[in-house]
Amino acid sequence: MGLFSKKNSDTNPSANPTTSSSLKIKVTNDGAAYTFLLDGRLDTLTSPGLEGKVGEVIDDAGKLIFDLEKLDYISSAGLRVLLGAAQAMDGKGEMVVRNLSQDVRDIFDLTGFSLMFNIE
Amino acid sequence: MKELVIEAERKNLPKVQAFIDEQLEAVGCPVRTQTAIDIAVEELFVNIASYAYLPEIGIAVVQVTVHEEPLSVEITFIDHGKQYDPLAMEDPDTTLSVKERKKGGLGIFMVKKSMDNVTYEYKDGKNILTITKKLN
Repeated sequence: MGLFSKKNSDTNPSANPTTSSSLKIKVTNDGAAYTFLLDGRLDTLTSPGLEGKVGEVIDDAGKLIFDLEKLDYISSAGLRVLLGAAQAMDGKGEMVVRNLSQDVRDIFDLTGFSLMFNIE
Repeated sequence: MKELVIEAERKNLPKVQAFIDEQLEAVGCPVRTQTAIDIAVEELFVNIASYAYLPEIGIAVVQVTVHEEPLSVEITFIDHGKQYDPLAMEDPDTTLSVKERKKGGLGIFMVKKSMDNVTYEYKDGKNILTITKKLN
């Protein structure tokens, strides 16, 4: 669908040397099922990094799993990356979001993402 | 009232949030409320950083006032960039499917839904956006 390009023109993900904004992303795969374990904050500064990592596997992926157990903050920038991933998978595979913390669940409820996504 | 004057650049977001958090922690703001406020602050500051002065970089002023009875916080964002009322943006339709869903308007929608009050005015060449949230 071209929603993810390997290069992200939105902003520079490495321009984030300071303080509290950080996200660790661990990617594992079982065949064409890719799991993204997110640890930290998915915000304006960290979302481009995730978008880039999703973009690297999206062509090969039959299933995307986002494990948010260790994610304690998500803003609209993060939601847009998840929505983009879901749209890229639409018609070619599935996407699952699992282990939402209460804070992240609140945001999903507020924005209708709880209804839209397949949540485990 | 506490005030932060800072260049409206995305990379300054952690500094803005640290400034807000410092004020909230000083008055014993519950963690959940603080997270909601942090998200609103991100959406509003990043809006200014992304659009107000494009392609230049300008200044954002962030003011925090704590009110008693009921205990609440009022946060005002001021920029002197292009006139823009983010509240005029149409709310996203939260009932749409993945395929139909648009990416725009989510941030300001979250601010409107999660804060108790949001106001915008354009005055003396400045965009002035104020959010209020009870600290409970």
